[in-house]
Amino acid sequence: MLIFVRPLLRFWPDLRSRIGVYILVLVLTLMANGIQLVVPLITGYIIDGPIAHRDLPGLWWPVIGVLVIGIAEAVAMWARRMIVAPVVSNWEIVWRARLFDRLQYTSVAVHDSWESGQLLSRATNDLSQLRRFFAFGLPFLMVTPIVIVVGTIMLTVLQPIFGLIMLVMAVPTIASVAIFEKNYRLVSRLSQDTVGEITTEVEESIQGIRILKSFGRSPWAAKRFSLLSAKFKGLEVRKAKLDSWFWSFLIFLPTLAQAAIVAVGTWGVVQGWTTIGTVVAGVTISMVLRMPIEMLGFLLADALMSLTAAARYWEVIDIRQDITDASGGIADDPDVGRYRGELVFDDVSFHFADTEQETLSGLDLRIEPGQTLALVGTTGSGKTTLASLVPRLQDVTGGTVRIDGTDIRDLPVNELRHLVSVSFEDPILFSASVAENVGMGSPGVDDEAIWAALDIAAAKDFVSRLPEGLDTEVGEQGLSLSGGQRQRLALARAVIGEPRILVLDDPLSAVDVDTEDRVQRALREILPDSTTLIIAHRPSTAALADVVAVLDEGRIAARGTHDELLETSALYRELMGASATVGSATTTRGGEE
Amino acid sequence: MSIPRLDRDDEVEQLPDDIAKKARSLLFSLVRPHMAMSIFLLVIVILTAAALVIGPIFIADALDNGVPRAVAGDTGPLLRAVVLFIASAVASAVFAFTSTRLVGITAQKIIYALRARVFTHIQWLDLSYHEKSTSGRLVSRQTSDMESVQQFLSYSLFDTALALLQMVFIAVTLVVLDVPLALIVFAGFIPLFFITKAAHTSQRNAYRRTRTSIAKVIVHFVETMGGIRAVQAYRRQPDRRNTLRTEDTQYRDANTDALRGVARFAGWTRLVGNVTQTVIIVVGAWLVIEGWTQIGVLAAFILYLRRFYGPLDELVQAFNLYQSASAALEKIAAVLDTDPEVVPPDAPKTLPAHASGQSAHASAEGSAQAPSGRSIDLNHVRFSYGDGPDVLPRFDLRIPAGEIVALVGATGAGKSTLVKLVTRFYDPSEGRITIDEVDLRDLDDAQLRQSVVMVTQESFLFAGTIADNIRIGNPDAGDDEVLAAATAVGLDPYIRNLPDGYETDVKKRGGRLSSGQRQLVSFARVFLANPDIVVLDEATAHLDIPSERLVQKALATVLEGRTAIIIAHRLSTVEIADRVLVMDAGRIIEDGTPDELISGAGKFAQLHKAWRDSLA
Repeated sequence: MLIFVRPLLRFWPDLRSRIGVYILVLVLTLMANGIQLVVPLITGYIIDGPIAHRDLPGLWWPVIGVLVIGIAEAVAMWARRMIVAPVVSNWEIVWRARLFDRLQYTSVAVHDSWESGQLLSRATNDLSQLRRFFAFGLPFLMVTPIVIVVGTIMLTVLQPIFGLIMLVMAVPTIASVAIFEKNYRLVSRLSQDTVGEITTEVEESIQGIRILKSFGRSPWAAKRFSLLSAKFKGLEVRKAKLDSWFWSFLIFLPTLAQAAIVAVGTWGVVQGWTTIGTVVAGVTISMVLRMPIEMLGFLLADALMSLTAAARYWEVIDIRQDITDASGGIADDPDVGRYRGELVFDDVSFHFADTEQETLSGLDLRIEPGQTLALVGTTGSGKTTLASLVPRLQDVTGGTVRIDGTDIRDLPVNELRHLVSVSFEDPILFSASVAENVGMGSPGVDDEAIWAALDIAAAKDFVSRLPEGLDTEVGEQGLSLSGGQRQRLALARAVIGEPRILVLDDPLSAVDVDTEDRVQRALREILPDSTTLIIAHRPSTAALADVVAVLDEGRIAARGTHDELLETSALYRELMGASATVGSATTTRGGEE
Repeated sequence: MSIPRLDRDDEVEQLPDDIAKKARSLLFSLVRPHMAMSIFLLVIVILTAAALVIGPIFIADALDNGVPRAVAGDTGPLLRAVVLFIASAVASAVFAFTSTRLVGITAQKIIYALRARVFTHIQWLDLSYHEKSTSGRLVSRQTSDMESVQQFLSYSLFDTALALLQMVFIAVTLVVLDVPLALIVFAGFIPLFFITKAAHTSQRNAYRRTRTSIAKVIVHFVETMGGIRAVQAYRRQPDRRNTLRTEDTQYRDANTDALRGVARFAGWTRLVGNVTQTVIIVVGAWLVIEGWTQIGVLAAFILYLRRFYGPLDELVQAFNLYQSASAALEKIAAVLDTDPEVVPPDAPKTLPAHASGQSAHASAEGSAQAPSGRSIDLNHVRFSYGDGPDVLPRFDLRIPAGEIVALVGATGAGKSTLVKLVTRFYDPSEGRITIDEVDLRDLDDAQLRQSVVMVTQESFLFAGTIADNIRIGNPDAGDDEVLAAATAVGLDPYIRNLPDGYETDVKKRGGRLSSGQRQLVSFARVFLANPDIVVLDEATAHLDIPSERLVQKALATVLEGRTAIIIAHRLSTVEIADRVLVMDAGRIIEDGTPDELISGAGKFAQLHKAWRDSLA
């Protein structure tokens, strides 16, 4: 049993940090619930005492007692909720911040292996379930058994046989709890995982809306979604069915015990070994006990769902961090040393975690400081993988990548990422202003530097014509930009602040040839000192580089200048669309068909 | 500059004034199909409440009558009372079992219907809505808000009904027992009414704030995880963390306010209940002492009073879940209340049968055998976003069936806008667009999408296998057709290299396929879809030249006889085009065959020269 609740026990440090408040919450919960057992005693006294004796003044003290207890109960109820509200609301966002931060530092490969919705559903659904549990479920789960035990003791003191009846009833109750617990836990896990799948499906249906619409596949997506939500419905119905069994048991068993008390008690009255007053008191107490016992069903279900939620939360927190500093974490702002910018791939191999097949195998490549190297290769040859190794978005599985002779794994991750500036093939813009998007790699840059970077990326013209210039909001929540415009902003972000090493992954695929040409020249003139690795598809890009390397079968198949390679490498000629007639592409209509 | 000035998300978020009413009518429309079941459930709930209330009467009977009679030697009445009590227990357990089960099932059916409705509606909304809205916000409507509604429906609807009914039964019992005392109990309802009213207002606002703020948190979360590469490469973690904290602090405060609202509501309610109880004891005792009421009545009164106010806690809880759910339902209703501007026709027309008598979609296996182009006509078409400046000033264009048109021009020239009109992602502000003489606005949506297919630069992969992803082009395609399509575009060799071939799971957004390979997947989809008209918007941008050639070669075959509009910066596309349109600032400035234009002195001749030079 303890091993099952371990995910919940792991929240103990958070609980301990607010333990004073939480104990107060428990005490208040106990008070609010325990008082229910006291009031019947006082009303019993009033009936037997002042009323029976027609003693009106004698009413005052007990009535004041009832009033005080009533006010105390209301206050305890109010105070418990008032106190617990900010604590649990804060816990929820603290847990989310932890989950968020863990994911922020988790390597890209791990992100790729998770469905996005599974992460989101853990960060929202599961955490709000846990918030509710710590606010209500847990305090009541701790207090309710106490109330039941105290009530049972009171019954036993009153008449041992009544206590015995309650104990006998406990056996089927506990048995039903055990059966319920096992089944419910399984369904609850399935159900919460399905919530994650639904979230993924929902996310994709919105992010892929253009594709669904252009193929007229919205009905298909809706069908797929309805199958999934039917699965979820089925699981929730199974939960409801389990609930219905359990709840009806928890209504029936205590009532049966009550009937037994009445039957045995009255038989005792007839036999003369107990009094009618005792039976009345016993029935009253067992009546008060019915509520907490019925509530156990809800509390148990809630606890089991929280247990699942907690397990799902810890699964994310426990993700192994594989790309870190020597310390095992990632420092946000390490000191950045001075480097010349020599980039060397030494016998580098790479394969994805779930396959033995190597994307890169024994690759050697050297880029001198300030040199621009164009990397070419067929679709899927591993160019993007190679580029992702430089800022350590992925780690090599063999060999080393070195900057100025230092293995990049020996550098603090963020020092490396400070040295290496990347632009991706899918330009990623955030919901922020143009200035924020471009300047995010080098905090504190002024507008002048931003304009300069935009100029290099040939984005100055269109940005200056945006409604609010640099302050125009872009990204999902802002202005829609064309693919080419987004790419140029992403490129400006990469080149700002004269990065030591620049990694450009096909940065201009969506812009026209004219613009690309301008950008290429600007890069050479304005950033002559940056070591640049540029992934290229077009001959013009390759022609402007100092040196070109051809990636094939996971290694560098050829290396040389554009002209040299056109002479010597058949593969290069093919890649550049000039396979038949060397160097004569200029005289034909762009190569042969 | 022709970039549309779009509304900010906040404005999209703004709720209309009558949204509470809309949310209620949404709830009603969801419950209506289950009317018969609801009535049946109501009966069951009434029986459950009755069984729960009646139980104590048998106990009282056992004690008051049964015991003295048993002492006198007649155990009959005692046995009868105990048996009746057990029967009531069995009845309430059976009723509780039935109602929990049926309520659970019905609630799930309702939620299922709501989910489907929202999903379908969001799919139905046009592209201009999606371009204004953030994906995270629409995700939060379908996840977090939906959860809120589910919480209420599955846990509270039944409790509310049961609690209310129990109170009604007890109220009746109290009136039967003693009218003056019952009046005191009812007097307690006056403060309760005002407490509830105040709580209603404050809680509604608090819960609305929680819904709005959690949506912002979700938007931020989705954006961060979607752009994790850039976040890590540009060391944005501290910054992202701070934004999350800011958004989440809003949520925490809203949540705390909502929960504290519950605290006040629950506290006051309990206080009113307990004070009423005290007053009953005083007045009751006085009435008994004065001899106007019997002592047994007072005892029963006090016992029932406890049970009368007991359900109040559940009602308070249910009331709050209701508030939270209705705030969520308002957000959902607002999405459902949005109508697309591009709407499917009421009386859809169909395209005429192909001249050859052969339908393109009938022959799924032979993508190339069924030349089936259709003509496209744009008559006096003008387009602007809302009342903004014209993106495309009024123009006419006719593309005959089977023509392959290349569309060239600088970024922002209006090329993408033009094809979005032809694919009916937008409707023109003026004029009409027809395919084979049928106005797009009258054309059956399913047929339109079957007939006209667009591939864009963005090549999104859905969770599932590669084969599933290719099948988006045609869900009914067999394995051999999928294979044929992948082979045609040169994707097959890559797929064979993957761990599970065509059955490889693409995982999250195709992390394992390069962008070039993903574009090939998009092309394979077109092969399966087998449309009459193909629109390619920068669809080859991420391909290397040999792959692009391969795709083009395949396209040249598949486009044989079909109509096509191709936008590409790389002018190699022009090789397969019959005609070139050059656009600038929303206007078509050149129109002719590639050879005519290249040999001329216009913009295209310049562009083509620059492109040729770039190849060297």
